[in-house]
Formats: sequence, structure tokens, C-alpha cells
Amino acid sequence: MIFVFALFLLTLLVITALAIVHTENLFVAVMLTSIFSLLMAANFFILDAADVALTEAAVGAGVTTVIFLSALALTGEREKPRVGGRNIALVTVGILALLIIYATFDKPRLGDPNAPVHQHVAPWYLEKTPEYMGFPNVVTAVLSSFRGYDTLGEVFVVFAACIGVLFILGVRPPRESLEPRDESSGLRHHLIPQVVGRLLVPFIVLFGLYVQFHGEYGPGGGFQAGAIIATGVILYALLEGEAEALRAVPRSVLLGMVIGGAMLFGSVGVVCMLMGGAFLDYSVLAADPVWGQQLGILIIEAGVGMAVCGALLSIFHAFAARESLS
Amino acid sequence: MLSAPLVVLLQPRGLAWAGATVAALASFAIALALTIAVLDGQPQVYAMGGWPAPYGIALGVDAFSALVLLVVTGAGAASLLAARPSIDQQIEQERQPLFYSAWLLGLAGLVGIVVSADAFNIFVFMEISSLASYILIAGGPDRRALPAVFKYLIMGTIGATFYLIGVGLIYMMTGTLNLADMEARIGDVVDMNPILVAAGFITIGLALKAAVFPLHVWLPNAYTQAPHMVTVFLAACATKVALYVLIRFDYLVFQAKLADHEVQFALFAMPLAILGILVASAVAMFEGNLKRLLATSSVAQIGYILLGASFVSQAGLSASVMHIFNHALAKGGLFLAVACLAYHYRDLRLDQLGGAAARMPWTCAALVVCGFSLIGIPGTAGFISKWLLISAALESGPWGWGLVAVILVSSLMAVVYIWRIVEAVYFRAAVEGDSQPAEAPLQLLLVTWLVALLNIFFGLFPGVPLELANSTATLLAGFAS
Repeated sequence: MIFVFALFLLTLLVITALAIVHTENLFVAVMLTSIFSLLMAANFFILDAADVALTEAAVGAGVTTVIFLSALALTGEREKPRVGGRNIALVTVGILALLIIYATFDKPRLGDPNAPVHQHVAPWYLEKTPEYMGFPNVVTAVLSSFRGYDTLGEVFVVFAACIGVLFILGVRPPRESLEPRDESSGLRHHLIPQVVGRLLVPFIVLFGLYVQFHGEYGPGGGFQAGAIIATGVILYALLEGEAEALRAVPRSVLLGMVIGGAMLFGSVGVVCMLMGGAFLDYSVLAADPVWGQQLGILIIEAGVGMAVCGALLSIFHAFAARESLS
Repeated sequence: MLSAPLVVLLQPRGLAWAGATVAALASFAIALALTIAVLDGQPQVYAMGGWPAPYGIALGVDAFSALVLLVVTGAGAASLLAARPSIDQQIEQERQPLFYSAWLLGLAGLVGIVVSADAFNIFVFMEISSLASYILIAGGPDRRALPAVFKYLIMGTIGATFYLIGVGLIYMMTGTLNLADMEARIGDVVDMNPILVAAGFITIGLALKAAVFPLHVWLPNAYTQAPHMVTVFLAACATKVALYVLIRFDYLVFQAKLADHEVQFALFAMPLAILGILVASAVAMFEGNLKRLLATSSVAQIGYILLGASFVSQAGLSASVMHIFNHALAKGGLFLAVACLAYHYRDLRLDQLGGAAARMPWTCAALVVCGFSLIGIPGTAGFISKWLLISAALESGPWGWGLVAVILVSSLMAVVYIWRIVEAVYFRAAVEGDSQPAEAPLQLLLVTWLVALLNIFFGLFPGVPLELANSTATLLAGFAS
């Protein structure tokens, strides 16, 4: 049954991908990418990767779509007609697809317990996580402690992206955009979305916080939570107008969140070093190493959440400010 | 000791030039300390988070990474030291903190790649450094910088994705991401399809990032449109780091275990290297814009580095690694001198630069010194690596003479294009009447001359880099055989 469902989802995925390539209307393309991400999330869920599924749903289907849309508001809706070049691209992609299919011939069967992936480091993670961390979600343990340095790197990727958007689109908001805009901005004049949306916003933010602090037990963690909270605030911005959202969470606070989040993560690492451990070795943070690990993970997850949420919102506002300029 | 990336990572605010420069200098000092430690004998290893290697992420510095680390941090520190006047001219005051912050991130990313001993960790830092360099190039004063960046972004992302696909396939077959562990475990699965495909994806992805000949199209535009100081920084180290990963991955992971892989690698890399050297040098001979000319010549120089690596011999590798170091010195110095020129000449087309030598004698003299080093005149750093390359080519077998001919012909081409610059600045009459002596700011000029003198110094006393290059070659070739 699961197999049939997965097959169905994958077929839909291929159809959506083809449709994205084929359509010339950018708005349609953006909507289709959102659907694509949602299908992808469902797929991940079938593969029992709940954490990845949650991320894909929150980031891919949620926030990315909104950012694409606000970028779209700056450009035209239609794609420019292209001349030539398509055939070469088609041939290249075809060859690559064949290569990857060729690579899968010797692939271990899906879920095969003897696959190398399940034989080498994974059992160690499964065995040691409860012992060192004292909580059941192995994914969180791997992400934030065993491979915490990678996660630190990813936070700085987000940070770099945020800096990039701010740098290219310009930091200074135009003065007049801070004034409350006229009635037609946002979805203000639509009654139903406004009422429903107002009801939803607190729940979205609350769910974000739950995902944030429950990461050790259920799927989730700072990354997903940051994206979910950002979605909540963006929804608020769409309902009440951007200026209103900026008044609730000002730009400087957002930038502070990004910098603070990244610094928080980094400084945990340095504190660990100062307390005699290796960089990001949380065990030394408290007298009991298990406690230390939990404390460290809690703090760095908070840092990740802050940085992601702040970065996404800054990017959104940068686009929105640009929009009101033009 | 091994906190080189951390020191830089912890300065994300980059509030101003001063903070950025201090951080860069600190990381340069740490790189120096590391090099001394490596020269003493033992490679340095550091386990992140205190977890043992295949489970956690390990950092490692051996002779090869020490040398590249020196190049990267040195280029970062030198260009930041000199950057102030040029950046003030090209970027608005209020955007500068973000710009320097991106610069530091770029530096941190490159350093992170070099010291990492973990395949996925390399990808993460590759993302940081590439994102940061897109930002830096987009800071160019001209609107044309944006399309150049977009092209670079697309190519860079494809390269990184290819690399990631390759790493994913290897993880599927070996269950590990640590490079040393991967090398040990790949032996059981060598002849399976995924590993072969992975080797292909990783090689092509990294070649794209390193601007190896047919995949170099993004480079000239990106370097030409970037702010001048960014060109100094990126030209001196960005592509070399990708080459570093390529050589490291190929020699340590694939060649050690895959049968006949060294033959395949040589067959793949050598023609590309030769074509790259010849075509890019030829294009550079007819290029009219000074920056674009030097950028095109970079593609040829990458060809030299790849050529050395493709011999799969100790001498070849040592020449190749040496050239990474020397080319960074020569090209960094050249672009620094260009930044000095650009201080007074907005338009860097060669026919606009007439009479520059009279106005800026010191700048032009530095330009000539670094140009000589690029050509490989005896007494400059460039000569050492060309000499090593030629002797490695002679050792490499019956085709050696042909390769020597290629190197000599392309050096002659280099003479031609460097001479065109010299002719433009020294012997052509000034375009405008204004011929008052007007040197570049002292800060910029001093760093330029420092680099130019280093070119001569390492040409006369190549001891330290040569020792590092030799031990790198022993290390890598030891795996290959």
C-alpha cells in the first residue's frame, strides 16, 4: 500500500517538475514549485525522515514561495522568450540522468539492513545517543552535537545569504515606507482571510515554539521552528500591511536576531573551549556531561532558530521595501 | 591552535574595515603558526565537539593544507590591509559593513574548506565561501557586475551540486563522510557503478568551481566586473582552493584504491590543461581590457597547476603545488597594481593607459616585477615553479618534449601580453593632457610593493614553500602508488 502511494507521489513529482519547466508564466511556476516541495515533503515522510519532511514543508513549500512571490512582484509575470540553447541543455540533462540511473544499478536495496550506511556510523549514533544525550531523537543529536560544526556552518550560510540580499537590495528603507500605507495594502480589505488569519497567527507562532523546544523528543528543531515562526510573521505582514509587521518586529531587531543567533552558536563553542573541552564539546558545560550536552543543544538550537527566523524575515522585508520603492 | 576558521567565524559583524583586517591578520598569524608546527613534522588534527573521527567532524592540517592556508590567509590579510582607499572609492559608506562582513565570511569559508577533513563539511564551507564571493563580486560599481555574478552563481551552484551528488553516492556505498575513513572503506566497493559515477561527478563539479579550461566561462567576466580589491583576493586564492580539494580528493580517496584511476585522471586532465594553457594565453594576447587580460591569463595558469597534477608523479605534484603558491603571489601583485592604477584611471582599457608610468612610476614598476614573475623570468618566484614543471615534464616519459614545448610557447605568449601592458603604460603618449605625477594612496602602494618584493624574495630563496610542496608531493604520491 505504502509502495503504491509512494509511486503515485513520485509520478506526481515528475509531472510537476515537467510542468515547471514547461510553463512560461512565472506565477504558475512559483505555485508549482510550492506543490513540488509539498510532494517532496510527503515523500520524505514515507521514507520515515520526519525531520527532513518538516523542514521541506516549512521552508520549501512555505517561506520560499512567499519570498519568490515578493520577488515576482518586482519583476514581470511572464518569462522572456528564449532563442535556442534548449537542445544542448536537454542532451546534457539526459546524459546526466542516464549516468545517475547507471549509478543506481549497484545501489543497495532500499531499507536493506546490510547496506554500508547502516553498518558503519549509524549504529554508533543509535547506540550512543541515549547514553550521551539522554533523549531519543537521534537526528537532533547528530545535527547539533555529533556534527554540530556543520550546523554552525549552515547557520553562517543563512547569515551570508541574508547579508547578500541586504547588500544588493540596499539596507536603507525609504522613509515613506515606514508610514502606514493606505487601506488597499495587504489583505486588509478582505474580511474572511483577515479574521481567519488573525486566529491562525498565534497558533502558528506557538507551534513554532513547540517545534523549537521539543526537538529532542519529536521531529523538529531550530531550523524548522525559525521557518515556521517567520511564516507566522509574514502572514501577519500580509494581513495587516508590511508597516504594521515592521512595527511589531522592527528591522534592527531582525538584524540583531540574525547576528545574535549566529554569535550565540559560535560563543557556545568558544565557552566550551574555555571550559577545557574541544570546540562545541557541550559535555563540559555542566557537571554532568549528559546535562551539559542537553544544555548546549538547547542553546544552539535557540541560536539557529533566531538566526533563521531573523534572516528569512529580513529578506522578506528587503524585497517588500524594494517593492514599495518602485 | 587550530581555531583559524573559528577566529574568523566569530567576527560576523565585520563592523568596519579595522575589525575585518584584524581578524584576517589574526588568521594569517595562526596559519603561520600552523605551518611552523607542520614543518616540525607532525600533521595537526582536531576533533570538533570532542567526538572521535568518523562520528564527529575532524579538522586536519598537513603540508598541503598548510601551504594553501598560507596563500588564502595571506591573500586575505594583504588585500584587506590595502583595501580601504580602493573600496572607499567604489562602495558607498553605509553598505561597507555588510561588504566587509561578506569578505570575512568568504575568507572563513575558504579557510574552512582547507582545514576540513570531512567531505560534507567541505561542501558546507564551499557554500559559505561561494555565497560570500557572489556578494563581493556583486559589489562592483558597474551594473554589468550583476549579470556576471548571475552567471557565476548558476555555474557555481551546478558545481557544488555535482560535488554533493558525488559525496552522496560515496556515502551510500561506504557509510562515511570522513576523508581518511572513506579512503579506507572504499576499497571494498571500488568497482561498483556508484563509486565510478561519484568520481566523475566530484571531478567535474570541482573542475567547474576551479575554472578548468572548458568550464571557465564564468571567470573572466566575474573577475573583470568585481571591485578591484575583491579581484585581488579571489584571483589569488578562490579557484586554488577548489583545485586543492580536487587534487586532495582525487589522490587521497580515488587514486589510492581505484584501479587505473591515475591513468584515467591523466588522460582527462592533461589535454584540458594543455588546451587551457594555449587557448587562454592566446585569448589574453588579444584582449584590450587590462583586468580581463589578467583574468584570462588566470585560466592559463590554472592549466599549469592541473598539468603538474596530471603527471601523477612526485615531481609533477611538487611543481603543481609550488605554482599554486607562486601564481597567487604574481597574480595577487598584478591585480594590486591594477587597483593602484584604477585609483586614477577609471577606464582600464589598454589604449587608455598611455603615460601611466610617468604619472605613477612606483605602481608601474611593481606591475612589471609581478609581470616578470608571471612570465617566469629567472630571479622571480614564477621561474621556480616553471622550472620544476619543465623538469617534471621531461621526467614524464616520451611525450615530455612536447609538453616542454607547450610550456615554452605559452610562456612566450605571456611575454607578449605582459609586454603589451608594459608598452601601454611606458611607451605610449598620454591620452589626456594631465600628466602630473599622482601616485596611488600610500597604504595601497606599500602592500603592492610588499607583494612584489615577495615575488623576488621567493624567487631567490624558495626554501620554505619548496619544502612544503615537496612533502605534499611525497604525501600524495605515496597514496597514489
